[in-house]
Parts: sequence; structure tokens; C-alpha cells
Amino acid sequence: MLALDLFNSWIFVLLLMVGFYAVIARDNLVKKLMGLSIFQSAVFLLFITMGTVTGGTAPIVLGDDWGAVFSNPLPQVLILTAIVVGISTLALGLAIVVRIKESYGRISDIDAPERDRRL
Amino acid sequence: MNLEPHLPALQVVVPLLTAPLVVLLRDARLAWWAALAASAMNFAVAVAITGQVLDGAVVRYDMGGWAAPLGIELRVDALSTILLLVVSGASTLALLGGRASLLEQVGEARQPLFMAAWLLALAGLVGILVSGDAFNIFVFMEISSLATYILVAGGPDRRALPATFKYLVAGTVGATFYLIGVGMVFMMTGTLNIADMELRLATVGDTNIVYVAAGFITIGLALKAAIFPLHAWMPNAYTWAPHVVTAFIAACATKVALYVLLRMDFFVFQKNLVDHELQFAFVLMPLAAMGILFGSIAAVFEPNLKRILAFSSLAQIGYILLGASLVTVAGFNASVLHLFNHALAKGALFLAVVCLGLRYRHLDLADLQGAGRHMPWTLTAFALAGLSLIGVPGTAGFVSKWALIIAALERGALGVALVVLIVVSSLLAVVYVARIVERLWFGEPPGENPAVSEAPWPTLAVTWLAVGANFWFGLNASLPGELAQRAGEAFLRHLP
Repeated sequence: MLALDLFNSWIFVLLLMVGFYAVIARDNLVKKLMGLSIFQSAVFLLFITMGTVTGGTAPIVLGDDWGAVFSNPLPQVLILTAIVVGISTLALGLAIVVRIKESYGRISDIDAPERDRRL
Repeated sequence: MNLEPHLPALQVVVPLLTAPLVVLLRDARLAWWAALAASAMNFAVAVAITGQVLDGAVVRYDMGGWAAPLGIELRVDALSTILLLVVSGASTLALLGGRASLLEQVGEARQPLFMAAWLLALAGLVGILVSGDAFNIFVFMEISSLATYILVAGGPDRRALPATFKYLVAGTVGATFYLIGVGMVFMMTGTLNIADMELRLATVGDTNIVYVAAGFITIGLALKAAIFPLHAWMPNAYTWAPHVVTAFIAACATKVALYVLLRMDFFVFQKNLVDHELQFAFVLMPLAAMGILFGSIAAVFEPNLKRILAFSSLAQIGYILLGASLVTVAGFNASVLHLFNHALAKGALFLAVVCLGLRYRHLDLADLQGAGRHMPWTLTAFALAGLSLIGVPGTAGFVSKWALIIAALERGALGVALVVLIVVSSLLAVVYVARIVERLWFGEPPGENPAVSEAPWPTLAVTWLAVGANFWFGLNASLPGELAQRAGEAFLRHLP
């Protein structure tokens, strides 16, 4: 029962670790960025989960029904901002990968260029 | 209209609104003027705010007229002020002196876009400093980081690209860790306002989740601040960025992350977590000590001028952290003073690098040998700023190192060991600065170099201005001293 109650939290931790592992262990830059995206998505889930009220609906007032139980809208708004940040980061990361591909001809094993002296 | 109550908001609004304007200008010269004007105005506003803060007030501002804690509050205290001066000052000086270098390294066509990214980075850094809202700080942190990645990748050297990628990954992981921590605190308190967080944590402070949150926030920000051993992104990003960008970000970017670290750990958590100061010292003091040693030793063996200075920055971040991890008012003062003084010294050194970069394509010591014969003014400025980095009496670097030693001595036997560490590291600084100065003044020129001339006067004048600031604040440290004192009292008021 306890494990099921915390279902979202388990998924949060799982996604966080999957993403983080990909960032650390993958050599391919695009895969690293994918990992980074998964890593950030995990945090979105954490925020959305914490705003949930059991039995609550979406935080929209219908008619004059102010009595309804609804979820906390603040974390959802925060995550809207965080999603925009995530997209911008991903876009910029991919743009850098494109330029790396253009100037090095490869998108993995980029630590080697530190040693390429004198261009 | 009276602008005085709106000064904190102006800090962010001016560069944020100038950035799109600069893109529309489409002319390199106009873009540079607009960026410089916005940056200089920021500095002027920072000076005005300093006046208000020195009058004893914490400057508050309710965004849109919504009162905190429901609305978003801007909040400027002594520590924010000292960093506002550093950030806007560094940006203004780097732009003022960097015009020729930017035209050469970034190119005329891309200049307006580059200036827009510069202003966004400035707006983000300043936003972090004035905001009193933990989530706002995250957003500003990402604005400044994304813009900084663009700046770092904007140079002509292709090695900047992998360095930027590393910076982007490290920066994003750090910011996300911070966001997780803020989320956990929000879960327990239901507020994002930093001052409100501190009050509400009092009832829930001693729960596991708040300790975990403090851990996430500290580690995430340590990654952004390039604290040893989380500094892997930093040396290459500094080295391959355009020289002017290095002068700007080396003086500010990591310092602002350190500021958030100090604010969260001391302002929010210190009172509410049992033995927080011991845990902070236990984790961060060894890291600071190792960072000081590692950075100084690596700097001694590096062949590239900019990398030497980058590793030296790692050691200096160690000093700042060491002062804070003593968790005494004196230690905190020394830490804040060193934040300010290191920005002065490193800013001046990197401005001298901008001068050298205008005349030399490669900045390995081997390429620069004998540069002093052609560029005596630049190299004299470099040597004098180097004295401040080492901490020779009479320079700004001495004031804060001395304060740090005094603060360490309050801690008995441990303090003596720390003083030995500081002295050893300062001797290493003598070695790496002397090594640069010796090779650049007395080395044989590599030969293939045609006779190079002195750097153009605007760049040189700004470099000397920064060097002058090192001596001014070395002889008369009352302004940063006063601000550091107040910051220390405000941050450590709950110490047992």
C-alpha cells in the first residue's frame, strides 16, 4: 500500500536516475541531451505531484461553484516556466551539437579535441 | 516621476528591455553603444542602491504592487549590493574596453545578437541578486546561464564548442538540483519567498525532507559555482570563450552562484536545521581546502595563460568558501571581502589578457614569450594585478587574505592548519604569477612573430582603471568592509 501511495515519487526517482545515468555514461552528445531532458522531466513530475489534492479537480472555477476541491495551481504554473526553460536548454544544446558536428565531423568522443593543438 | 523606489526593478528591466532593442539595431557600433549604455546605467543604479543600503535599509520592492509573500518580492541587502556592484561594474568595464576585441573575435555581423545575449546574461545575474523569491532565482539563473553559454560559444576557436556543451550539461544539472531542493522546501512550507521560507521552516525544520532539500540545493549550487571537485566545466569554458567574455564571467558568474549558496544555507536553513553550521563546515571546508591546493598546483603547471588564471580562480573560490565554512562573523566577512577583491584582481588580469589577445593569436606562454618588450604597459598592468591576486600588502587581495587569516586564527589548532594552507597557496600563487611575468618579460620571442605593438588605448586604459581599483580598495577598504560587515551580521544572526 505504501509503495503504491508513493507511486509518483518512485517514478520521479526512477526517471531522475535514468536521465542522470544517460548524462554521465553516454558518450554521444545527442543521447546526453536526451538524458538531460528526462532528468528535467522527472522534476516536473515531482512538482505536479506535490500540487495534487486527493479527489481534487483542475483549478478552474465553473459558474459560481467556488466550493469544489481543486489541486494547487501554483506548482503547475511553476512547471510551465520550468518546461520553457527545459525546451530552451534543449534547443541551445542541440544547436551547439550541430556546430560541433560541423567543425569536428563527429558528435561523440569530444574530449579528444582538448588535445588538438594549433588549428 | 520619482524613480527612487523603483531602483531594484530597474536593475533587471533596463538590460532585459535593451536586449531585444539591440537585436533590432542591426549595426555593430550602435549595438555596442546601446549595450554599454544599459550596462553603465545598471552600474549607476547599483551605486544608488548602495547608498540606500548603506543608510541602513534593506531595500524591498513588491513587483506589480502585490505584497509578499503572495506577490514576488525584490529584496536587496548588503550582500546583494556588493555583488550588484561587481556584476554591473565588470560588465561595464569589459564592454568599454572590449570593443576592438569583440569586433575581432565575434565579427561585425554577429555583434548585435552577441550584445543581446550579453545583456540577457547581465539581466539574469542581476535578477538573481535582487530577487527575494527562490523560484525566481531559478528562472534568472537559467536566463543568465543560457545567455552565458551563447557568449562562451561565440568565439572563433572551435574548442569553445565542446567546452560550452560541458558547461551547459553541468549548469543544467546544477540548476535542476537546486529546483528539486526548492520544490521540497515548497512542499513543506507552501511558500517560495525566501524570507517567508525561513519563518515557516521553523515548524517543520527538523524533518528528513528539509535536510535532503538543503543537500540538493547546496550540491546544485556548488556545481554552478565550480567548487572543487565539481569544477570540471570551468577551466575550458574560461579558456576558449572570447577574451572579453572571460573577463566578464570570470568576475561574476561563479560568484553569483556562490551568493545563492550562502543565501540559502545561511539565510534560510541555518536557524531551522539542527547543527546545520557543523554539517556545512564538515562538508565544505575540506572541499575548499582541497580546491585551494589543487587549483594552485594545477595553475603552476599549466602551459596556457587563460587556463592558469582559470585554475587560479578555482583556488580563489576555495578561499571564499573557506571563509564561509568557518561559520563565524569574521570568517563570513573575509569571505564576502574576498568575493569582491578577487573579482577586482581577476577582472583586471583578464582585461590584460584581452589586450594580449588583440596582438597574439595563441595564448600559450610559449607563444607569448617576450611580449613585455612590445607591450610594456599591458604587461606592467598584468604584473600589478598579479600582485593583488597573490595578496601583496597595499593591494585589495591582501585585505581579504589578511581578514581570512585573522578569522581562521579564531578557530584554534584547526585555524593554524588553515593559515598554513593559505600561506602555502599564496606562495604557489607567487610561483605561477612569477612564472608568467618571467616568461612574458624575459623569455626569448619565438621568432616567427613580427614586431607587435602596444594594445589600443581604450582597452589599455580600462585595464589600468581596473588595476587602479585594486590599489584603491587595497588602501581604503571601507566600502566593501562596511558592506561585508553588515552581510555577516545579517546572515549569521542566528548562530548559537
